[in-house]
Amino acid sequence: MIEVRHLSRNFGTVKAIEDVTFDVRKGEIVGFLGPNGAGKTTTMRILTGYIPATSGTAKVAGFDVQEQSLEVRKRIGYMPENPPLYGDMTVESYLHFVAKIKGVDGKLRKRNVEKVMEQVEIKDVRHRLIRTLSKGYKQRVGLAQALVHDPEVLILDEPTIGLDPKQIREVRTLIKNLAGEHTVILSTHILPEVSMTCERVIIINKGRIVAEDTPDNLTARLAGSQRVVMEVEGPVDSVISALRAVPGVMSVTADRAGGDSRSVFTVETSVGKDLRKELARTVVEKGWGLYELRTVEMSLEDVFLHLVTQEEEVGN
Amino acid sequence: MRNFAAILEREVRSYFLSPLAYVVIFFFLAVSGIFFYLILSNFVEICIRATMQAQMYQMMPPKLNVNMMAIRPMLHNMALFALFFLPLVTMKLYAEEKKSGTIELLMTSPVTDGQVMLGKYTASLVLYLVMLALTFVYMIFIYAYGEPETGPILSGYLGLFLLGAAYLAFGLFFSSLTENQIIAAASTFAFILVFWAIGWISDFVSPRIGRVLAYFSLIEHFDDFARGVIDTKHIVFYLSFVFFGLFLTYLSIQSARWRGAK
Repeated sequence: MIEVRHLSRNFGTVKAIEDVTFDVRKGEIVGFLGPNGAGKTTTMRILTGYIPATSGTAKVAGFDVQEQSLEVRKRIGYMPENPPLYGDMTVESYLHFVAKIKGVDGKLRKRNVEKVMEQVEIKDVRHRLIRTLSKGYKQRVGLAQALVHDPEVLILDEPTIGLDPKQIREVRTLIKNLAGEHTVILSTHILPEVSMTCERVIIINKGRIVAEDTPDNLTARLAGSQRVVMEVEGPVDSVISALRAVPGVMSVTADRAGGDSRSVFTVETSVGKDLRKELARTVVEKGWGLYELRTVEMSLEDVFLHLVTQEEEVGN
Repeated sequence: MRNFAAILEREVRSYFLSPLAYVVIFFFLAVSGIFFYLILSNFVEICIRATMQAQMYQMMPPKLNVNMMAIRPMLHNMALFALFFLPLVTMKLYAEEKKSGTIELLMTSPVTDGQVMLGKYTASLVLYLVMLALTFVYMIFIYAYGEPETGPILSGYLGLFLLGAAYLAFGLFFSSLTENQIIAAASTFAFILVFWAIGWISDFVSPRIGRVLAYFSLIEHFDDFARGVIDTKHIVFYLSFVFFGLFLTYLSIQSARWRGAK
């Protein structure tokens, strides 16, 4: 449904995104995860035809976003981070206006507007001026606006930002229900949101994609094996080199906060191997004292932090 | 066409849903009304004096031309008031949408930038036409108490419309450059003022340059309309002004897209 190839965009000398490549299948919900300023909004703006790319191509439903922009725009519902609302219009007349410029005609327009108001539960405010609505309602009108022409692709930029927990839950359920019929890309910097709503996550940092997988796989891939934390009494440098020598160990970091001559070491092991036995034996054979040995599961939060702080390690 | 109509309808509605349209129309009518009264009472005074003089010398009272002596100055005044008020009409067209972010909706909808621009521009023309139509009330008074020629009145209004259309095109351009409505209005006003007054410099420079400068003066082309002359030369001048203004607007929107600015 969406094909993005080597997409880059510069703002002056700043590279907002660089060589971004990904695919989204029909009916999928994909989450864009990344810290603020990572390039999520830029990528979405290119897909919606709001700004052109500096290089690379992107196709939505087979149409090039640059060459056949109008065809693409017909098929996309887009909710920017700040919902684009006209405060001086009523909810209903606003939705009619949006439907009109999205190319929905006559009877169908009326039906779509009714349906979408039902869907996001804003029928009770249909005659109110948008300017007088609460933040939660405004957000929902913004969502309605993206849905009103029943687009194949939905692009939602931070759809739950600024909502209270109850509203967040409602919006997430709504988005989940949209999958299947619609292809959804949503961006967020909130981790639980991704694991709750998305089937696939694309993690983007400093304009580059650093990882792409299902939330479960991502957690598993990086950390599903273990991180092993050990507290060892012994010369730090030799402990590190000895542990590194154990087959299957990817990295060892030391934290000297252990007290006296003890240090805490964090050992990362490659996928699906339990190396506790080997690690323990190594330490004991060298004659050092082993005070603690335990495995740590990584949450998605850890994965995220890990990915965006240590990109280079993800490469392998 | 449907897209253009949708944009136009929204803009016109938004004018008349906000106080702006009413305020602009009210003050435009009020100021023109005051000047209409002054011009007319002056004209009446001249008529009375001329009649008395004629009686004194036992001659036929002269027939003074109401078109030349009252309507023409009135049209000139309205051209000036339009200069003050029209920048307020166009200032919000793009600036407000940029500020609130709704421009992102328009620019990601299956409508072309040209349709959006023409819809907005036409909406401002509609508001201006309403303003002009309401000033016909003053002409009704002249018809009630005098015998004006209709031709020069109509040509005068055609001139006013074209002149205003030129103001509005550049107002739209300045609105597309900023998200601050005050800046949009102020720069429109300054720009039009320069092109209004550019003819005055022509007295101080060499005749050849003077002629060129005078040609670019917005008001220089208006007088023929006010006198009842419709010359294609002047129509072409105002229309080129309109096209140039719209062309610059289009470029500014395109460039904002490429720069990724709002």
